[in-house]
Amino acid sequence: MRRTTWRSIAAAAALGASCLGMAQAADTIFVPLFTYRTGPFAGSGIFIADGMHDYLTLLNERDGGIGGVKIAVEECETGYDTKKGLECYEAVKPKGPVLVNPWSTGITLPLIPRAAVDKIPVLSMAYGLSASARGNVFPWIFNPPDTYWDGMSQILKYIAGQEGGLDKLKGKKLGYIYLDAGFGKEPLPLLDQLAKDYGFEVKLYPVAASEMQNQSAQWLNVRRDRPDYMIMYGWGALQPTAIKEALRINYPMQKFISIWWPSEDDVRSAGEGAKGFKTLNWHAASGDFPVIADIRKYVVDKGLSQSPKDKIGTVIYNRGVYNSMLIAEAIRNAQKITGKAVVTGEDVRRGLESLDLDAARLKAIGMEGFAGPIKLSCTDHNGHRPTFVQEWDGNKFVKVSELIEPLSEKVEPLLEADAKAYAEKNAPWPARSEGCDAKS
Amino acid sequence: MLYREAGEFKASYAADQAIFPIRQERSGLAIILAIALIVLPALGNDFLITSVLVPFYVLALATIGLNILTGYAGLVSLGSAGFMGVGAYACYKLSSLFPEINIVVWIFASGFFACAVGVLFGLPSLRIKGFYLAVATLAAQFFLQWCFVRVGWLYNYNPSGAIEVPVHTLFGWPVTGASATPRTRYYVCLFILIVMTWVASNLVHGRIGRMWMAVRDMDIAAELIGIRLLHAKLLAFAVSSFYMGVAGAMMVFLWLGAAEPEAFNINLSFLLLFMVIIGGLGSLIGAFFGAALIHALPILLRTLPAALGLDLGSATIEHLTFMVTGGLIIFFLIAEPLGLARLWQIAKQKLRMWPFPY
Repeated sequence: MRRTTWRSIAAAAALGASCLGMAQAADTIFVPLFTYRTGPFAGSGIFIADGMHDYLTLLNERDGGIGGVKIAVEECETGYDTKKGLECYEAVKPKGPVLVNPWSTGITLPLIPRAAVDKIPVLSMAYGLSASARGNVFPWIFNPPDTYWDGMSQILKYIAGQEGGLDKLKGKKLGYIYLDAGFGKEPLPLLDQLAKDYGFEVKLYPVAASEMQNQSAQWLNVRRDRPDYMIMYGWGALQPTAIKEALRINYPMQKFISIWWPSEDDVRSAGEGAKGFKTLNWHAASGDFPVIADIRKYVVDKGLSQSPKDKIGTVIYNRGVYNSMLIAEAIRNAQKITGKAVVTGEDVRRGLESLDLDAARLKAIGMEGFAGPIKLSCTDHNGHRPTFVQEWDGNKFVKVSELIEPLSEKVEPLLEADAKAYAEKNAPWPARSEGCDAKS
Repeated sequence: MLYREAGEFKASYAADQAIFPIRQERSGLAIILAIALIVLPALGNDFLITSVLVPFYVLALATIGLNILTGYAGLVSLGSAGFMGVGAYACYKLSSLFPEINIVVWIFASGFFACAVGVLFGLPSLRIKGFYLAVATLAAQFFLQWCFVRVGWLYNYNPSGAIEVPVHTLFGWPVTGASATPRTRYYVCLFILIVMTWVASNLVHGRIGRMWMAVRDMDIAAELIGIRLLHAKLLAFAVSSFYMGVAGAMMVFLWLGAAEPEAFNINLSFLLLFMVIIGGLGSLIGAFFGAALIHALPILLRTLPAALGLDLGSATIEHLTFMVTGGLIIFFLIAEPLGLARLWQIAKQKLRMWPFPY
């Protein structure tokens, strides 16, 4: 009896200690990774988590960190749940993170106003609030290399290309199946606008997050409406379910195009019939790059990765690698600008803002041909990079199109208007007070 | 030895009927209040305040609300998250339409909107009981969540579909939004919680509470002694939804800072119901125990491996937390099916005899 009492007192004391004080390492750069290896979105989240984790581990193992400073990587499990994500944010905040990657639009949104106050930049890579691409309104938020609006315009351009020009979209019927949350709803204003401009018709098939694995109602409607093309904005279990349902109603896979989130496993689970399914992408979907070889050599072979060997170099894993590459390059850039080895969130914000990855730099880090060059600026926190369409050949994704530029003339005014509306709705929204580094 | 009423004499009926008749209990309450008001904000770090205590207060308030309905009036509801959402969206609309008015006023006012919706969905409770009522309130949950997703007016047609909270000030201090300090938000939450717990305590210990309990224990008998069922049940729905609406507004404005409709999904309804059951049906202190066990304990458990110097993967910690919390829930329910509040009561009775039990 007495022993258990003491034990519980000790446990309680440890709990208390963990709340009241937290240790802080001084000579490392702290990069928290918000990941989800559990929950309904784990099917996508595990790849991302492994990719992000392995690239940063590679830098630690091979180069001894960035600029001679080790990176302290810490994963925090969010389960794609906003409440847990915010809890993670509060947990890592006292340790001085140089930036955060929320990996969920729902977690990104509450962090947007906090970033400027806490001086922690938010890197929401190709997700989050599209309007945060405007650096003059959102100096602390970065969403390279493309917004969801860019992605939608690229899909439409690809469809137009198949049909023989944007004017051929007239009279076409496009179906849009999407996760009925901030993420999937974001492209709707653009879709409305473009439908008016080009004269096509849009059919909406929203899927609630709780209903991701039960889409028969939506696909029944698809079968009735018979859209000429289907566009998907999904994540987690939504994607394999949608592909399976599309197969069940015999929807032509050639005409089913998704934003950049489906993984090989999502498509593979639908079986042979999924051949021809297309997604957007901006980076390689294979492991034949020096950087991936190095990850195998320095991380996987040493048993430092949680990833199964055959998943290294898959498309979503590579996305995690790309995300960590941006983090690392931003830190390196920040070190260059400030001359400091141990940089802070404020420095990394400047590093991200003046990020300029040209082909030579990508080659130097073993990513030649892995992804296109990208350059951010004080006003443009996104880059609006061209993407390409890749097609599932039954075994892997194969690039089937040229690089497609976004319809900037349509997207830019919307971004501008939306950023302005955000600032107005959230008045008093602080005016940008951060300086601007010229090109580093 | 320390906890016993020997030597304390009551000179009036009021003193004898007090909620805390023993001096030790009154001083215990004072100590708890002092800890909440002074010690925790002074010694706790931002993580403890924003991620453990503020959510704990918000959920405790929502649990009190559900406890009034389920624990006191015996009406099972699975629409709690929906009613919380009504409060949150009402507060968002009110504060964006009339930003110049004090935000705390709007937080309380949004409770009335939830109250109205709650009464509406409470109407079926006159005819159906038990599990069937739970299913009827489930409809409220789905319908309300559908509204939060579909009715653009509710979220001011934001392209993201989420509601975002700008900075609101109270006497010149920012209380919501990013520039509000954790301690300001903490005190506002605590203030609302104390006031509303006090009101709830007075309600359930008075005529209205007895009316609810009579209906809970046997509604035909209650009707025979002159309690109007319609009146009693709808009042329970109204008061309960008011509490949940206020808690919902607090959740978005003082805790999360922005919310998607997913924040008010069915899981939250279930969590609140579990908090009520594990804490103890028909007990206000049980609401606090339940919220602490289900919300705060997992957070503390998650920080435990790091504090003990164990290097576990984040997913492993998550799984362990699930298992330990689940195990604890089962343990407590086996040890005392009537909830933590009943355990607390037993502990107090034992303490009264200690060290010479007969």
